[in-house]
Amino acid sequence: MSEHVHAPVETLALREQFNTAEQQKESVTFGMWIFLITEVMFFGGLFLAYTVYRSTYPVVFGVASTSLNAVIGALNTAVLLCSSFTMVLAVRSAQLGRRRALVLFLILTLLLGMAFLGVKAYEWNEKFVEHHVPGAGFHFEGAAEQGPAQLFFSLYFAMTGLHALHMVVGAGILCWLLYHAVRGRFTAEYMTPVDVAGLYWHFVDIIWIFLFPLLYLIDRHMR
Amino acid sequence: MTTAAIETQANYLNAGYGLKSWLLTKDHKRIAILYLILVTIFFSIGGIFAALIRVELLTPQGDLVSSETYNKLFTMHGIAMIFFFLIPAIPATLGNFVLPMMIGARDLAFPRINLLSWYLLVVGGGFALFAMLAGGVDTGWTFYTPYSTTYSNTWVIATALGIFVSGFSSILTGLNFIVTIHRMRAPGMTWFRMPLFVWAHYATSVIQVLGTPVVAVTIVLVFCERVFHIGIFDPALGGDPVLFQHMFWFYSHPAVYIMVLPAMGVVSEIISTFSRKPIFGYHFVAYSSMAIAVLGFLVWGHHLFVSTQSVYAGLVFSFLSYFVAVPSAVKVFNWTATLYKGSISFATPMLYAFGFIGLFTIGGLTGLFVASLGFDVHVTDTYFVVAHFHYVMVGGTIMAFLGGLHFWWPKITGRMYPENWAKLSAAIIFVGFNLTFFPQFILGYLGMPRRYHVYPEEFQVLHVLSTAGASILAFGYLFPMIYFMWSLWYGERAPANPWGATGLEWTVPSPPPIHNFDEVPVVTHEAYDYSTVVKEGVEVV
Repeated sequence: MSEHVHAPVETLALREQFNTAEQQKESVTFGMWIFLITEVMFFGGLFLAYTVYRSTYPVVFGVASTSLNAVIGALNTAVLLCSSFTMVLAVRSAQLGRRRALVLFLILTLLLGMAFLGVKAYEWNEKFVEHHVPGAGFHFEGAAEQGPAQLFFSLYFAMTGLHALHMVVGAGILCWLLYHAVRGRFTAEYMTPVDVAGLYWHFVDIIWIFLFPLLYLIDRHMR
Repeated sequence: MTTAAIETQANYLNAGYGLKSWLLTKDHKRIAILYLILVTIFFSIGGIFAALIRVELLTPQGDLVSSETYNKLFTMHGIAMIFFFLIPAIPATLGNFVLPMMIGARDLAFPRINLLSWYLLVVGGGFALFAMLAGGVDTGWTFYTPYSTTYSNTWVIATALGIFVSGFSSILTGLNFIVTIHRMRAPGMTWFRMPLFVWAHYATSVIQVLGTPVVAVTIVLVFCERVFHIGIFDPALGGDPVLFQHMFWFYSHPAVYIMVLPAMGVVSEIISTFSRKPIFGYHFVAYSSMAIAVLGFLVWGHHLFVSTQSVYAGLVFSFLSYFVAVPSAVKVFNWTATLYKGSISFATPMLYAFGFIGLFTIGGLTGLFVASLGFDVHVTDTYFVVAHFHYVMVGGTIMAFLGGLHFWWPKITGRMYPENWAKLSAAIIFVGFNLTFFPQFILGYLGMPRRYHVYPEEFQVLHVLSTAGASILAFGYLFPMIYFMWSLWYGERAPANPWGATGLEWTVPSPPPIHNFDEVPVVTHEAYDYSTVVKEGVEVV
């Protein structure tokens, strides 16, 4: 510890349990990767349920899938991809120590994330109007078997709902980053939080990249 | 060292005395003690349910409680014991305390997340406790659908929420350990110089991180199905209740290894220390932990032999279940080989370790019985299965937990426990345990189904034996609770290394200083190198 010029008090850049700032950065990044693995397993359960029921009821799932609005879905995918791009730019700005650029890109990422959630809310509302929400009032006109059709929409709401929940958490993290970025807490030497928040944001993005084709696109050719 | 000199030393216990200094601590050693208190509370709650179950089973008529109450009793016994005692018991208390010290670290990689995971267990336990007090839950600890989603009128949601939240406690502990083991090792502490306790916890953490999220999402789906009626597992909609069983056991079978791998780590430390020999075949024992973690994920289907699972899947799962016995046997054989020509002392931790080896062997071998398709059809849902998993979980995990607690008690508290009382209670626990659960093998083989409180009269003798054993066992568990508390005030002061053990945790004073090591230790020798230790202080008989 005596090698350090700074006072030996605990700082954000070097917590007391670490010997060097590099060890801390490596540990935090590694920790986030492990957390993302747990997230893969978490969503994995849903993907498993989807796979099982899709192979059991291929026709009903195909018909139910084509009732989703692929154009809006594609638009939302584009919005999300743009948010990942601005997140990368935010991380890069933090690496270069450009505070104003960091703040700008964080705001842009947040706005694009909000736009995605807004469009999602519009889509969910459509399902309410069309009685495609699972439960007592469920009715899907396109299929004779109402049960499996309801299973599809149960999975649709569970998967997009949990994804949206992760987006909301991500938005919270972005607000926290923004608060500290405005106050100038991140420097070129200490920007690990921006880095790992970026990892999380991209992960949530990638989940959508799998959800979109599975839920919206996979049966388009059957129309 | 004089007593006065020890007393004036700054350590993690006298660093602060207020409630705040405990509830807001980031010190892994204090968090370990917080966990110890919490899991002891849940062990006691689970124990009370077990006592009520055993008293009810004294008579064949089912006269103490109604069937509905009995369903709740065994459900809540399982939930309290599995999710709030067995899973956190060894990793979150002993692991939390000694793992960073064993690898020469000042703390875990993420001390605040460590504290958070304790609070998550408190919140999760709070939900479960609320459900228990508000009227209980009756689905069995397995929450099988569609009963849990559609028919049960008990507190399923509160309990499920409690298990969901406590699952994140488990995930975060595993994450913390993995990062700590990868990134926080002291200079010279290579992977194959780590104590086997650390290897066991690494393997455990891998399971916690990969398995727990799957049961978490399964619980979310059960929750959604109950609250929003969306019906993922509902057969009325064409959903598949067996899918729930697959997803549940994908976590819950590996969870058995979350419970028993840390126990094996404890036993490795004790066996080596009290025979003063390095563990025979260190590399094999280290790799066997990883092999159990990996193979443990491939055997869940043996819980579904009598479900609609195809017979070919059953064959594969049966074969893989046999396969997982190989690394388990490697450990047992290597411990035995370690004892050969060792300088063995029968201190209390060693008695527990011997108890573990014997009981785990019985539990493991009967595991092979139930892994075979034909025999399993005969004993499915009988007391044979109950006896089998209690031999593994109680005979294995709790024996090792108590052994480890005695082993590291001097380090944790700076006090010795009373050796003779400890030996006596170890013997009582061993006798009581076998008397409780061995008759259940016979009961199950004769056809006594689990989860019933009314039974034919010819089973009564065996049930009475089992209840008698449980009474003895209860006394065996009460003794350590009493003399451990007693030792905090009246126990002899513990030297730094009372057992002459090799780990880095024994190189610092008991209790350890706040940051464990004044300067970062440099490791120059292999694990269990007894030429480097000088034994001081207490003579072990």
